[in-house]
Amino acid sequence: MNAVATAAAGTPRRLYVPRDVAALAVGADTVATALAAGAKRRGVPVEIVRTGSRGLFWLEPLVECDGPAGRLGFGPVTPEAVESLLDAGLLEAGEGAVSHALALGPVEDLPYLRAQQRLTFARMGVVDPRSIADYAAHDGWTGLRRALALAPAEIVTEVLESGLRGRGGAAFPTGVKWQTVAQAPLRPAGSGPAPRRYVVCNADEGDSGTFSDRMVMEGDPFMLIEGMAIAGLAVGATQGYVYIRSEYPHAIATMTEAIRQATAAGWLGEDVGGSGRAFHLEVRKAAGSYVCGEETALLESLEGRRGLVRAKPPLPALVGLFGQPTLVNNVISFAAVPMILARGAAFYRDFGVGRSRGTLPFQLAGNVRRGGLVELAFGVTLRQLVEDFGGGTASGRPVKAVQVGGPLGAYLPPSQWDVPIDYEEYTAIGAVVGHGGIVVHDDTANLAGLARYAMEFCAIESCGKCTPCRIGSTRGVEVIDRIAASAQAHSRDGQVALLRDLCDTMLHGSLCAMGGMTPYPVLSALDHYPEDFGLPAAATGPAGAPAGARPEQTGARPGQTV
Amino acid sequence: MTLDLAALDQVLEAHRERPGGLLPALHDVQASFGCVPKEAVPRIAAAFNLSRAEVHGVVTYYHHFRQSPPGRHVIRLCQAEACQSMGAQALLDHARSALGVEPGQTTADGTVTLEVAYCLGLCASSPALLLDDDEAACVHGRVTPAAFDALVASLRTVGAASAPAAGTVEGSR
Repeated sequence: MNAVATAAAGTPRRLYVPRDVAALAVGADTVATALAAGAKRRGVPVEIVRTGSRGLFWLEPLVECDGPAGRLGFGPVTPEAVESLLDAGLLEAGEGAVSHALALGPVEDLPYLRAQQRLTFARMGVVDPRSIADYAAHDGWTGLRRALALAPAEIVTEVLESGLRGRGGAAFPTGVKWQTVAQAPLRPAGSGPAPRRYVVCNADEGDSGTFSDRMVMEGDPFMLIEGMAIAGLAVGATQGYVYIRSEYPHAIATMTEAIRQATAAGWLGEDVGGSGRAFHLEVRKAAGSYVCGEETALLESLEGRRGLVRAKPPLPALVGLFGQPTLVNNVISFAAVPMILARGAAFYRDFGVGRSRGTLPFQLAGNVRRGGLVELAFGVTLRQLVEDFGGGTASGRPVKAVQVGGPLGAYLPPSQWDVPIDYEEYTAIGAVVGHGGIVVHDDTANLAGLARYAMEFCAIESCGKCTPCRIGSTRGVEVIDRIAASAQAHSRDGQVALLRDLCDTMLHGSLCAMGGMTPYPVLSALDHYPEDFGLPAAATGPAGAPAGARPEQTGARPGQTV
Repeated sequence: MTLDLAALDQVLEAHRERPGGLLPALHDVQASFGCVPKEAVPRIAAAFNLSRAEVHGVVTYYHHFRQSPPGRHVIRLCQAEACQSMGAQALLDHARSALGVEPGQTTADGTVTLEVAYCLGLCASSPALLLDDDEAACVHGRVTPAAFDALVASLRTVGAASAPAAGTVEGSR
């Protein structure tokens, strides 16, 4: 196939292979190596750009090449398929291997992508995450440039007016928090470092079913850096930390490299963008504690201690890291900021419904045919996400339950799938949007088993500071086991009453959302799937909000904060 | 275990002046020694002007830190909800019997330490596992029992020095 060597010497054919772990986990590195070797054998100069992932994970490894009008996609490409792709003309300019069985056509025209509203994830899968030049060439630093021309208070106003709320799950208005930190006085130095304000990124993405933070860090890390630098200017902070879970070694490596490049380019450091203002940024590696996703536990961990939750008040905005005013936001919250500054608050606010403005990167996960990242404005329904985007289950069996919002989120039965996804609408049905993770279970799932797991997980991960969480979770496992073992209805009913009572105690008595929200999956499983607990369907308790649920408790949830 | 105190001091020296430097120091100690040895705790405590109890508390609080060295490789099988929905519990059962160990234990030949993880961020590529840490870390998705066995077999034959090519942090640079 020497005839394919149409590319002129010196202008290598450019191919794109993702480096996101969802692509690596199914062999993207082997595919990239095979492509390079195959091209070399054919004498065709080739440049393989390692991008982030588009977030269409069932198509990974998704190989792309430049086409006449945008990029053409091929996937899922196995190492074995590489030779046939090269034979079919992948290295030829223009249409290339468009007739190959794995050809998907123009990537941007894939219905899964076309139907999305990609604002935060616009560059995802497009750029090389380890190239600051590529970032700059794709609208990078535009928001920071504008922020440098504004007074700090004007930056805060822009974020306030965008309607952005904390994307970690708490949904607290981001601008209000920024304002609080900006106005908070520095506190006298204790034994810690000299007084200064801090910006902390919560990248402790521990919720099962979520990976949008990871995708940003692996696929578009400069966007997060830009958002944090803007935050630093807005609140007057000179030091930032990105606290990343140890389960994300690839994200840690990419963020570290991106910070190095951004510092070398002058976007971080003593003189941000030539403004004379300083903002230093550093990656800190977490150590496998789920509760450290709760912001006060995270701060304890950053200070070098066990991740024990702190009582609030005082808010971290006033007394945070090393006792100083500290802005803690989730990755996706920071990542939305550069665009809000670049395109204006109104642009972002025009997406969404009610008080839920802008977009949320939903993450379709678990037993789903087309899993991946779906960024859409608030107001979409779960049915649209799971059925239209997800295409139902991977197993081909009926969907039984969908858990939204991570391990502390409720299980939603089909009757609730048409509720528009909006923070307030979900609170009203006893569910949480959280960080936008959506885990699909087919009809082989046992919801009593999943409820037991929720309690067990809480027992494993509880920091142990408050009794309802530390003891309640272990008692919860025992009570659910007794329900399963009960032969007689009246003893079973007694245990169910005990479980509800226990959940009530955890909801109201826990210090943070770890214990305070574990009842959400438990009670929703009990309410909507009583038959899995050996109960008659008629014996369900009140559907909807868990009795006495505190909406504000959706804040400060571990795994993700605001 | 005889501890190389000079090497330990060198690791600690890089972090003792950093604000909140204990966790980064423990990560580096574990990277250098395979674990945070009990014998190192007094020295770490002295370097950070903490009590031994405080350092012990931190080491034992976090799942990531270990007090004895693992096998040549660590396999972390995800057991969180998304992976459960795709058979992660059955995969763990398979791993237990295939390796003859429980989570937290190391195979008799010292090749693999089996552990569980709660979410690797591969929730649409379930069931997933993470092999090893840091620069050598390597991910696998949609893991079948056969793929698990093949991975373990490759670890046993390849030896400690070279990890499989697929999905390493280094490999994709």
